[in-house]
Amino acid sequence: MPEPILAVTELDAFYGDFQALFAVSVAVEPGEVLAMIGANGAGKSTFLKAVAGVIPAKREAIRFRGESIGGLSADRILKRGIALVPEGRRLFPSLSVEENLMIGGQLGRKGRWSLETVYALFPVLGERRNQASTSLSGGQQQMCAIGRALMANPDFILFDEISLGLAPVIIKDIYAALPGIVAGGAGAVIVEQDITRALSVATRVVCLQEGRVSLQGRPADLDRAAISAAYFGT
Amino acid sequence: MQWINAIVQGVLVGGLYALFAAGLSLIFGVMRLVNIAHGDLIVLAAFLALVVMQTLGLGALESLVVVIPLMALLGYVLQRGLLNLTLGSDILPPLLVTFGLSVIIQNGLLQVFTADSRRLNAGALEVATFNLAGIDIGVLPLVMFLAAVAVIGVLQFIFYRTALGRAFRATSDDADVARMMGLDNRHIFGLAMALSLAVVAIAGVFLAVRTNFDPASGPARLIFGFEAVIIGGLGNLWGTLAGGVILGVTQAIGAQINPGWQLLAGHLVFLLVLAFRPTGLFPRIAG
Ligand SMILES: Nc1ncnc2c1ncn2[C@@H]1O[C@H](COP(=O)(O)OP(=O)(O)O)[C@@H](O)[C@H]1O
Ligand SMILES: [Mg+2]
Repeated sequence: MPEPILAVTELDAFYGDFQALFAVSVAVEPGEVLAMIGANGAGKSTFLKAVAGVIPAKREAIRFRGESIGGLSADRILKRGIALVPEGRRLFPSLSVEENLMIGGQLGRKGRWSLETVYALFPVLGERRNQASTSLSGGQQQMCAIGRALMANPDFILFDEISLGLAPVIIKDIYAALPGIVAGGAGAVIVEQDITRALSVATRVVCLQEGRVSLQGRPADLDRAAISAAYFGT
Repeated sequence: MQWINAIVQGVLVGGLYALFAAGLSLIFGVMRLVNIAHGDLIVLAAFLALVVMQTLGLGALESLVVVIPLMALLGYVLQRGLLNLTLGSDILPPLLVTFGLSVIIQNGLLQVFTADSRRLNAGALEVATFNLAGIDIGVLPLVMFLAAVAVIGVLQFIFYRTALGRAFRATSDDADVARMMGLDNRHIFGLAMALSLAVVAIAGVFLAVRTNFDPASGPARLIFGFEAVIIGGLGNLWGTLAGGVILGVTQAIGAQINPGWQLLAGHLVFLLVLAFRPTGLFPRIAG
């Protein structure tokens, strides 16, 4: 078995006194796409934020490429090669589409993603490169948020609610782009509400329930009833 | 003629007010920090120029070569070492801390330089004038005004055409996400304060060749800068220049009517704008 590229071990996370994650352990091997599912408030975003360094974590709880990175600041973690596409897109409203992408790319990590390759992936962004990011539709904003993360040429990418609020055709477009995105890097975690879709793209699935891992395995090995039980806690 | 003359002088002085205001506006725009010590930092830069001129034998304007980098460095250190610690969702701590800083700078300057008022000697430039269509225009006020236009133009360029400006705007929009994109907001804020104090250095030297200054001169400069920012509209650099000019012209007209009304007229215009156009005359256009 290859060594996991991302190994999360007994991760706890807190918002003040409130504990949102309890000893969550998850491993992602090179080239894998891990789908994280779970009901609203289960702790999926919290998990991604902890890995990306947006909220604190114990140093040893998160290892990336064999190095402990838990609790490093978000900019340091990005420098190591982990990028997050945050829930709700969170583009910079006073920047144009192209400026948003350039902010993502300014760290100067080498790789195949540049303005050109992002525009090739999402042509509509190229057509609107000089417009305010606030003028984009929801789906285009999601593309811009994904493009912004790609511009950092991450090895590992975290997508929060990748398809939330998007029209089905756009979701198809984004999922069609996903293998190409992951192929250049070392792996990905996607948080997805639509379980069928999550199972179809992922090589491994983790289900969270109230801050704990309730199920984990390969899509082929999991049956619907088990997933449903893990998801809803019935 | 007297009136036209007063207005022209007011426009030129307005450039100086815009210089007071530009650094203030920049800091507020990037990190929502109202720097109460801004005026005292202007005076500090003036004293620094005084020391540089005496020790290195430089002229007033030449001293900027040393004063600008020193003030910029001070800005960076001040931001990283002190002001960053006060930033958060609550706007009160930075206000209190910069107020304290203001008191400390004033008292420090008083200890070192006494309460005597000083002036920087700019040589022949100070008295040089030329006549344009019957109006005497001082070379020094004109240089100041052009410098203000240049400073605002450079700031505008940095803000909207460079990677640094992009980083300022992104951090101002959403510091958390900027951090996720690899922008260390503590460093970005440090650079913003460095830029602000570089402008303060220019403002301080021009102030000090134009009028007498002493350790207590800062707060009035803060007021003028603040008024220019509000009149022009927060977050709009060219608006800040216009705000400075409006303030300068109003003061000149007030003084023309009655010498005692100079400052009063400026404050009145400020209050009127605040009452009827609280976003300023030239609010930032979206996008
Ligand atoms: N900023 C926050 N402050 C306090 N509690 C939070 C915050 N963000 C999330 N939580 C709480 O943490 C838990 C997990 O939230 P989250 O990770 O956003 O869930 P999910 O992404 O799975 O819907 C929820 O109970 C939520 O209310
Ligand atoms: Mg979430």
